[in-house]
Amino acid sequence: MSIAKRLFLGLSSVALGTSLTACGGSNQESTCLDCDDEITVGILHSLSGTMAISESTLVDTEKMAIEEINAAGGVEVAGKKYEIKYIVEDGASDWPTFAEKSKKLIDQDKVPVVFGGWTSASRKAMLPVYESKDAFLYYPIQYEAQECSRNIFYTGATPNQQSEPATEFMYKRSPAAGKPFFLVGSDYVFPRTSNTITKEQLKSLGGNVVGEDYLPLGNTEVAPIISKIKKALPNGGVIINTLNGDQNVAFFKQIQDVGITPSNGYYVMSYSIAEEEISTIGPEFLKGHYGAWNYMMSIDTSASKKFAQSFKKRWGNDRVVADPQESAYNMVYLWKAAVEKAGTFEDNAVRKALVGVKFDAPQGPVEVMPNHHLSQTVRIGQITSNGQFNILESSNGPIKPQAWNQFEPTSKGFACDWTNSRKGERYRL
Amino acid sequence: MQLILESLFNGLAIGSVLLIAALGLAIVFGLMGVINLAHGELMMLGAYSTYVTQLIFKLPALKPFYNSYIIVSLLVAFLVSSIVGILLEKSIIRRLYGNPLETLLATWGVSLILQQFVRSVPLAYGSGFIITVFTGLIVPLIIPEHLISNKSKRYIKSGIWSISVLIGILTANYLSTTISKLGRASARNVDVTAPAWMRGGIDILGITFPVTRLVIIVITIIAVISVTVFLNRSVWGMRIRAVTQNRSMSECLGISSEKVDILTFGIGSGLAGIAGVAVSLLGSVGPNVGSSYIVGCFMVVVLGGVGNLLGTIIASFSIGIMTDLIGAGRLLTIWPEMPSSLASTVNFFATTSMARVLIFALIVAFLQFRPAGLFPQKGRMVEG
Amino acid sequence: MNIDTKRDPRISFFIWVVIIALIIATPSLLPVFRLNLLGRYLSLAIVALGVDLIWGFTGLLSLGQGVFFALGGYSAAMYLQLNSSGSFPNGIPEFFGLYGVQKLPFFWEPFKSPIFALIAIWAIPALVAGCLGFLVFRNRIKGVYFSILTQASLLVFFNLFNGQQRLINGTNGLKTDVTELFGQMVGSDSIQRLFFWITAILVLLSWFFTKWIIRGRFGDILIGIRDDEARVRFAGYNPTIFKTIVFSIAGGLAGISGALYTIQSGIVSPQFMTVPFSIEMVIWVAVGGRGTLLGAILGAVFINYAKSLVSEALPASWMFIQGGLFILVVTALPEGVLGWLQSDRPKNLLIRLGISKPIRTYPSLEAKGKDEVNS
Repeated sequence: MSIAKRLFLGLSSVALGTSLTACGGSNQESTCLDCDDEITVGILHSLSGTMAISESTLVDTEKMAIEEINAAGGVEVAGKKYEIKYIVEDGASDWPTFAEKSKKLIDQDKVPVVFGGWTSASRKAMLPVYESKDAFLYYPIQYEAQECSRNIFYTGATPNQQSEPATEFMYKRSPAAGKPFFLVGSDYVFPRTSNTITKEQLKSLGGNVVGEDYLPLGNTEVAPIISKIKKALPNGGVIINTLNGDQNVAFFKQIQDVGITPSNGYYVMSYSIAEEEISTIGPEFLKGHYGAWNYMMSIDTSASKKFAQSFKKRWGNDRVVADPQESAYNMVYLWKAAVEKAGTFEDNAVRKALVGVKFDAPQGPVEVMPNHHLSQTVRIGQITSNGQFNILESSNGPIKPQAWNQFEPTSKGFACDWTNSRKGERYRL
Repeated sequence: MQLILESLFNGLAIGSVLLIAALGLAIVFGLMGVINLAHGELMMLGAYSTYVTQLIFKLPALKPFYNSYIIVSLLVAFLVSSIVGILLEKSIIRRLYGNPLETLLATWGVSLILQQFVRSVPLAYGSGFIITVFTGLIVPLIIPEHLISNKSKRYIKSGIWSISVLIGILTANYLSTTISKLGRASARNVDVTAPAWMRGGIDILGITFPVTRLVIIVITIIAVISVTVFLNRSVWGMRIRAVTQNRSMSECLGISSEKVDILTFGIGSGLAGIAGVAVSLLGSVGPNVGSSYIVGCFMVVVLGGVGNLLGTIIASFSIGIMTDLIGAGRLLTIWPEMPSSLASTVNFFATTSMARVLIFALIVAFLQFRPAGLFPQKGRMVEG
Repeated sequence: MNIDTKRDPRISFFIWVVIIALIIATPSLLPVFRLNLLGRYLSLAIVALGVDLIWGFTGLLSLGQGVFFALGGYSAAMYLQLNSSGSFPNGIPEFFGLYGVQKLPFFWEPFKSPIFALIAIWAIPALVAGCLGFLVFRNRIKGVYFSILTQASLLVFFNLFNGQQRLINGTNGLKTDVTELFGQMVGSDSIQRLFFWITAILVLLSWFFTKWIIRGRFGDILIGIRDDEARVRFAGYNPTIFKTIVFSIAGGLAGISGALYTIQSGIVSPQFMTVPFSIEMVIWVAVGGRGTLLGAILGAVFINYAKSLVSEALPASWMFIQGGLFILVVTALPEGVLGWLQSDRPKNLLIRLGISKPIRTYPSLEAKGKDEVNS
């Protein structure tokens, strides 16, 4: 084997690599025919690495929302119609990369807004960038709150819009009402903080937490956790599940095998399992367990059906929509409404205009609150064998978001209001 | 008693996954001295093969046999992983024998490419590619020797390969049109659903034994026994051992060390594929499924002592039992009146994350006493 | 390996003037974002120098340099957090409030002192590396076993930091952008420019330092260990001590690099301790040319620059390119780009590509081009 052959081998492996992905670039053809100008926004999600699985669905949804807006005439600011263009950056499931790419979008591409993030860790990494550069990030995922940045707009649920009603439901009205709780999560900030809140809430409700455990990210050996659950909950009970992505698959497959099932009195309430995850894990493993979201695909309104249908039409008939995607969809439209209201793309004016903007979202009406979060409807559903939620309860209209949790002692009694310069990020109620 | 039994079973369950994953690695590393960082990705290919087999068995023609697809997928996964392993050996690793560190880096590069490959290439085309290589490699072995005269050898070979390419393309096309899930590239994790008979558990003495775990234990036992028998009782096994002990002497005696290398690497890779089937039964199948196991596998091999199957077996089961003892906080159950200072330490480590930390610390401590693992290889070289 | 070409002193003086002028001028030439990137890549060059020292010169392939890199980063970030947490409740960094921690954990205390922090940045990683190295080398664990153990230790440290939300903010890591230094925000342009200069100077200093190490007797022993450890031992030297020291030095360099990188990227997190990042460090050195210090620096800067350019254009293809690069450099360019330029000279490129035939002289020289295993 000569050196030339070796070199050829190496080169061809590189060439193979590039040619395989050469078709992956995005081509944005003009969709807005009567637009006068263009405005470029940033989209920043993980397209590679472990989070790509989840975050790529958000990129799809955001692209769809932008295309819809463009097709309907673009964004009209100060009498001029702008067509929205986008730059997609890859956060690579790596928190420092999210910060780096944010800097790039702000400093180099000078985008007026960035839609991005999924994990709390990525948001926390990006936050100082947006604060120090006074830019604006739209973040679409339900999260643990305890944060209220002037430079972030949160369109996902806060705990009082997801986990708190869910815990209350499980403790008071589920078939396992009054039984002890076990908390399972992946080892990162959202599960840890969310479970701290759940523990405080159960304390005030009089419930009993018999154990909690965290699985390191990337580890799928759930056997020790399952034996802990069996030991702690011998006669059934409630399991609050905040596991991440593929760890859920291992968890649900294996708890069923050892008899931790609804028919034996064990009910799992999951905060990260939406329609997308149900189809991956398989409904036969999840049937009878619960989930809590603002949007569920089974919502029987025309707005919800239209959202699901246009997504399927754009990205394939076997695709599903879920809450995080709905939040991502909403935030693009809310941004459009805010810049149109402000009449400029300038950050501070948009920030001011944003508060009070209303939108008829697929989940129902939502409104931007002074704390940069959304008022949203809360729904609790039981997973059915066709991979959808059977909506058991839904809140009476939208619930106002609480950026600072009212069960956790350190944040109790605080709130956030960006419309009042004396109140700001954290003030005492 | 029940507690000990349950702990033992859990340890066995965790350990058997480790063992089946580390078995191929132990063979390749122990017999050939090759560090294969792409081992995890070969496992991943095995897991994806299970997924593809499962989808094929859902086609109407094969539906009646759906319950037995798992047995077929064991064979498919073994073949797929060993074909990719053989390609890997023939193209890259062969150039790097005697340079374990270089092999390590090159195989890491391969693992990155394989991970991205399953993300960006539809599974149907991947299957087509494998089938092409498979037929291309297997047909020349089947055709009777006398049909291939020296003169026409070239033409027959190229003819076989072009037919194989054709078969591969046709299969890829067929799969991508009939099973839409295979026709699109996706970074999404996919799911292997165990057939109905493998779900649920068996109750013995008040403990539920999950059937999946039992099946994995059985697969592991069969794999270990077949490998042992193959290495110790068969002609090729003898040749492999001979080459391991003294390569140049074996070559002098007429053993083709090239064939032995291919065979050893193929078997090691194939075992990774079988491990992939086991892993796919426990969790989801995704591009990263293998990389989460690889470091654990290496720890097993290092702890067990290189080139020693018994050491590998003992090491994986002891790591398995330790994981369960520490991670599930069983020490506290066994000894409830533990002094509070000790109890808080035990509690600190009683999570899956911290259990890993402690186990590694214990392994390093153990290596202080026995640097070459449980069963060191005996030799008379300066550097043992 | 290294061919010492004696250059005209006037030329090297000229080269140095250009280098220094470039360092001074770059901040005003590049936009802030690119400058920041360049500064970060330069800081990565320091860890690459350490990798080159232990791998290129001593033959120890560590896949766990991320541990020391992160330890340096954490030391810097802990000091910065404490330096600007006076206004928060209890006077402790803000994130503690999220987990209801009232009192500063004990190991944070010494980081209140800037002098301690400055020392800790390199001393803690060096110490950890020294201890780990000693335990491993003492038992003559080497080669791939050493690589595997370093990789496993990476995983352990990752889990340790990742799981301890209440002590060190877990997965989130520690942020430095909105902390204060010299009364200014660390994320501000002026501090970032300052750190670009500090980084550039430290890269040069580390380069001189590593050069000085390998020039002397110490360096000869290191190369001896790489080429034949047993002979070094028979010659009366104890390789364990030398290996421990050099591993510890590499750890210290990684720590400095991590601190600079953290300040310029605004965050340190357990992500610095993931397996791929540490292996990437090796590939920078491999591509640049192991055993050539300049190669390590250039490799780190150029590969990272390429990575950021490629991932902006085609996010998915970087994995293919990186994987291909690993295979290419190991099979076709084992001495790296710079090593190839030095030993083989580009004029032999045609021979390599098989276009022109090598001049046959001596059988021994011909044999060099052939493979050990004939195919």
